[in-house]
Amino acid sequence: MAHTQEHTSHTKLIWKVFGILSVITLVEVILGIIKPESLHLTHFLGTSILNIIFLVLTLVKAYYITWFFMHMADEKKNLRRAVVWTAIFLICYLATLLLIEGSYIHDVLGPLTKWNY
Amino acid sequence: MESTIATNANRDNWGGGKDKPLGASYGKMMMWFFILSDALTFSGFLGAYGFMRFKFIDSWPIADEVFTHFPFLHGVHAPMYYVALMTFILIFSSVTMVLAVDAGHQMNKAKVTFYMFLTIIGGAIFLGSQAWEWKNFIGGSYGAIQLNDGKIIQFVNASGDQITLESFAKPLDSERTQHIKSKGLWFVEEAALPAITLNEVIEGFKAHPEITIRTEQVNPELKGKTIIPRVNAMAYLNESKAVVVGANLQVNEYGKSLFADFFFFITGFHGFHVLSGVIINIIIFFNVIIGTYERRNSYEMVEKVGLYWHFVDLVWVFVFTFFYLV
Repeated sequence: MAHTQEHTSHTKLIWKVFGILSVITLVEVILGIIKPESLHLTHFLGTSILNIIFLVLTLVKAYYITWFFMHMADEKKNLRRAVVWTAIFLICYLATLLLIEGSYIHDVLGPLTKWNY
Repeated sequence: MESTIATNANRDNWGGGKDKPLGASYGKMMMWFFILSDALTFSGFLGAYGFMRFKFIDSWPIADEVFTHFPFLHGVHAPMYYVALMTFILIFSSVTMVLAVDAGHQMNKAKVTFYMFLTIIGGAIFLGSQAWEWKNFIGGSYGAIQLNDGKIIQFVNASGDQITLESFAKPLDSERTQHIKSKGLWFVEEAALPAITLNEVIEGFKAHPEITIRTEQVNPELKGKTIIPRVNAMAYLNESKAVVVGANLQVNEYGKSLFADFFFFITGFHGFHVLSGVIINIIIFFNVIIGTYERRNSYEMVEKVGLYWHFVDLVWVFVFTFFYLV
């Protein structure tokens, strides 16, 4: 395999990505434990700013794992698009519909739930 | 007919692995598409979880109050620490996996063996951690009361912190023993009785004026559970149905039964992926040792199993976010 001969070690890059993933996880955990009120007790895009931060950090982590651990960066553009765009489109579609619908059911059902006795 | 039946004539349609559509070998490309389909399966599960969370957005259990255990720290309130440790274990085993793949590219058998071994150990530690997490979740930490309409009532002290049923329940002598065959009751079947009866909890509650209850309802401003003033508490307790300790698929002390159902199902499904990943890793590990890939002059099998292993890590990143952080 021609690929084998030209391959140089990526060890440095791997440890760098591990560092990035660790730092992101640490930030997530610290934010999750402290839950700063200025971020947690807010409303933004149907949830709190803190949750949006968690979501963005998770997507960044997913990017690093897919691109550098799974070597998606080295694959041909067509394969990359066939896998990544399909997943992103279908997951966004599914999540959007399910969350809007769940929220709607809450609006209808919530007021009917009895909390005082 | 010929178009639908695999005959000798069209056996070479794919090229038998010689052709590489999209620049990837057959096996690697199919691993990518398997991962895509598996990712969609997990999104279906997590999407359903999100749906139910939004449906019960005002009464869903708060993760920080549920997952509070850490090994050797009994009674210490340690939210997130344990699951953060699990995340690091899995990320680290991902690193050793990618180092094994990297060593495979350089045809370095000794290094591949060593890193595959570390990956398998990491996977095993993660599985053990998950078992411990499940043990704590199933065992429960405080105990609660279920009302006739299925809602869960938890007990709190004067400062609003949750307390265990044992700490205030009043032992009563009117104990009833479980109906079992050896006591002559061969005609009835009964589940094991709870260690603390409903009566003991309610009598204990009456005897401790400093404690009160809280409902599942989340205060939208403070994002915490609603504490009911002591004067109104008895009206709730008069509706009691059962003592709930720990969690199962029907009821759990944390709140909505769906919460435990999704927890068991999604972390269980992920754990099953980890288990199968460890088993496949072990098979590939032995193949590396006996020199299969050395003779084949390519460590691509290590790369393919590596893809699956990283995917398991990728899913955990999302499970971690949606079950423990958000």
